[in-house]
Amino acid sequence: MQTHQYDVVIVGAGGAGMRAALESSKEARTAVISKLYPTRSHTGAAQGGMAAALANVEDDNWEWHTFDTVKGGDYLVDQDAAEILAKEAIESVLDLERMGLPFNRTPEGKIDQRRFGGHTRDHGQSAVRRACYAADRTGHMILQTLYQNCVKQDVEFFNEFYVLDLITDHDLTTEEIADGEEVNATGVVAYDLATGEIHVFQAKAIIFATGGAGKIFKTTSNAHTLTGDGMALAYRRGLPLEDMEFFQFHPTGLAGLGILLSEAARGEGGILRNSEGERFMERYAPTIKDLAPRDIVARSMANEVREGRGAGPNKDYVLLDLTHLEPAHIDAKLPDITEFARTYLGIEPYTEPVPVYPTAHYAMGGVPTNIQGEVLRDGVNVVKGLYAAGEVACVSVHGSNRLGTNSLLDINVFGKRSGRAAAAYAKTAEFHDLPADPTVRVVEQLDEMRNRPDGERVADIRKALQDTMDLNAQVFRTGDSLNQALADIRELQKRYRNASVQDKGKLFNTDLLEAIELGFLLDIAEVTVVAAINRKESRGGHYREDFPHRDDANYMLHTMAYRRPTAASDQAEGHVEGYFDHVEEFDGYKVVLGSKPVVQTRYEPMERKY
Amino acid sequence: MTATLEAATPTPAAGEIPSFTVTLRIRRFNPEVSEEATWEDFTVEAHGTDRILDALHKIKWDEDGSLTFRRSCAHGVCGSDAMRINGRNRLACKTLLKDVNPDKPITVEPIKGLPVVKDLVVDMEPFFASYREIMPFLITSGNEPSKERYQSPEDRAKFDDTTKCILCAACTSSCPVFWTDGQYFGPAAIVNAHRFIFDSRDEGGTQRLEILNDKEGVWRCRTTFNCTEACPRGIEVTKAIQEVKRAMITRAF
Repeated sequence: MQTHQYDVVIVGAGGAGMRAALESSKEARTAVISKLYPTRSHTGAAQGGMAAALANVEDDNWEWHTFDTVKGGDYLVDQDAAEILAKEAIESVLDLERMGLPFNRTPEGKIDQRRFGGHTRDHGQSAVRRACYAADRTGHMILQTLYQNCVKQDVEFFNEFYVLDLITDHDLTTEEIADGEEVNATGVVAYDLATGEIHVFQAKAIIFATGGAGKIFKTTSNAHTLTGDGMALAYRRGLPLEDMEFFQFHPTGLAGLGILLSEAARGEGGILRNSEGERFMERYAPTIKDLAPRDIVARSMANEVREGRGAGPNKDYVLLDLTHLEPAHIDAKLPDITEFARTYLGIEPYTEPVPVYPTAHYAMGGVPTNIQGEVLRDGVNVVKGLYAAGEVACVSVHGSNRLGTNSLLDINVFGKRSGRAAAAYAKTAEFHDLPADPTVRVVEQLDEMRNRPDGERVADIRKALQDTMDLNAQVFRTGDSLNQALADIRELQKRYRNASVQDKGKLFNTDLLEAIELGFLLDIAEVTVVAAINRKESRGGHYREDFPHRDDANYMLHTMAYRRPTAASDQAEGHVEGYFDHVEEFDGYKVVLGSKPVVQTRYEPMERKY
Repeated sequence: MTATLEAATPTPAAGEIPSFTVTLRIRRFNPEVSEEATWEDFTVEAHGTDRILDALHKIKWDEDGSLTFRRSCAHGVCGSDAMRINGRNRLACKTLLKDVNPDKPITVEPIKGLPVVKDLVVDMEPFFASYREIMPFLITSGNEPSKERYQSPEDRAKFDDTTKCILCAACTSSCPVFWTDGQYFGPAAIVNAHRFIFDSRDEGGTQRLEILNDKEGVWRCRTTFNCTEACPRGIEVTKAIQEVKRAMITRAF
């Protein structure tokens, strides 16, 4: 075992983690721990752009952007946070340009901007050009630029280190902690993939920037490595997860594969058509049509297929038509995604429409934070020294449905904020003592998994999980389908306790780590489904066919899910009789749901029409 | 519920490639077991659009969990899974089985010139060390502008190709000069230097050209074009290296 001490430890080296590192490493001794090599993180797969009301090509302002974000999130957005996001967007884009990011340019040399779903002029009048972009590899450019600047600033990295536990000075899973009592995060435990050695990192401040959990689904745009690690670690240590029922299904995944085709394809003029060649979005969103927010477009596509207007031999997808665009325009603005269509489906987008279907894309929910990135341990109190930013976090700027281009923005705005806040806190704070044996839980968990003789295959359990999530908790959900998913997950949790690995070695044992990651996936899927069962309304990305309308009177609240011992109280903060009072018993623990108010400042909830 | 799952037609659609069996001949190495690397054959069932990565996953998930390789995004943008497939460097997630003659065993080896850690995993540190040496970041002087720096679309286009690099090392580890001399910066580092040398906003070109004028620098390139062929992002690597050479001659420093 090795022990390290840093003022700030950042877990994750994607956009949020590296943006935070660029701030904190200037002020405090900082380490970035990542389970991947730098530049491998999934920020690099983001394509279309990063929203900011620069008004470089047409009239725009941050207030319109705030409104679009709030409306896009179906009014579950915390409006103070959305205002920060939209205001600080402008400086965030300029930061990146000054760091060297090669944005596409207007004829006069300014950062060019394009249209994207749900971003509008003057509160919904028409689509507005707000997305700053670099061809269809904006995320790649952001990840590269941030890493380049980390090299410039000599940021310290621990590559291919898996963080497997969070250490706090109170046991939040069992202890009753008084309101206002100080709880501190004191360190993390990590596993070095190359050697199999355990490392303890003691830190004054810790930032979780571990990304999403798309691998709970089968059809997903997410990387194999997006297994919800940070969310699951916080949750297992007794911290709540917020709004986990809201998962975004991106409309245009390559059919059957789930590989992302950017919304920029529609921003540049692409049109969705059904088997009859009809531009069906005209029926669902008459004003902005194909550029409606993602939840609406994904549902409309799934509905076309369900009503028998799907294309292809099995009528199970719709078509993204780019054939009316000039090949030169496609090459200049959408080179990568058109290459995906050629490589993976053998389709030539110049002349043939591309088969597409919704793909699991983004977790709106996550570890709750305030606007400084500090992690909440309930509706009000923070864990001192613990921060979260990016997809792992729920600020909440995305509410129940994120707008395209707002995630690259989120990682920059809240990555920067949490990096600054963590460094400032570390300057004033002392190290807190670690427990006598901080690695005991991790060592036990790894040994048990490694030493278990022949058992269930990890891949079989994972596949069963992904299948039930795709079948029962996707674009359309019902009480029955969700209860089926929950029953399946219970069974899979049992089987997981009997899972074994074949590779028993120390060196680069990815077999072992895949097994550990499956444990994270099961816990995240479980809490996602429990929260979805409880929310008996339809809002943003969460659509219940048995409750097809939004119910502001009863559900205009964030869900807060806590994992607690069986003997603990059935009531969590924000308990609302009949609405946020759900308790689900499991083997050895239970999930208790409470709630948190939505922050509303300028905008009254309205019906969402586009 | 997804409608896709209900589809179960046995007849393949027009243009669809039916399932087939394929043998992967994989270079195995595990220092915990033996100092010797060996070849091992695995035969798996594959579908029409499956990639090498799908076949590797099938082996790892259903047959031999100890088979070790890196992967993440699985669609050619993260750069984790460069490997030598039938003697050519490619990304496993971007290479369809049907495109590499699945009638014969497909050989899969780690990329060359970097120390092998286990099976298909190599130590990437020497590769990243060369990358860091060419100062891969924008260098400017004077005060930061309050808004963005302007750049014409024409100037932006000059280095567009080299911004595509995903640092997968397919180019560098396909270079015969790099195989014999690990000190050579290699194509990827030069590509990333090119990305800044030809960026009109950058003022560090002279320093970078000096670094690459070193005896292990750009002049070691023998223009064999292996790198250009290997690049999964379609970057014209050899051309970029030539442009850097030309800049050295024309930009007297």
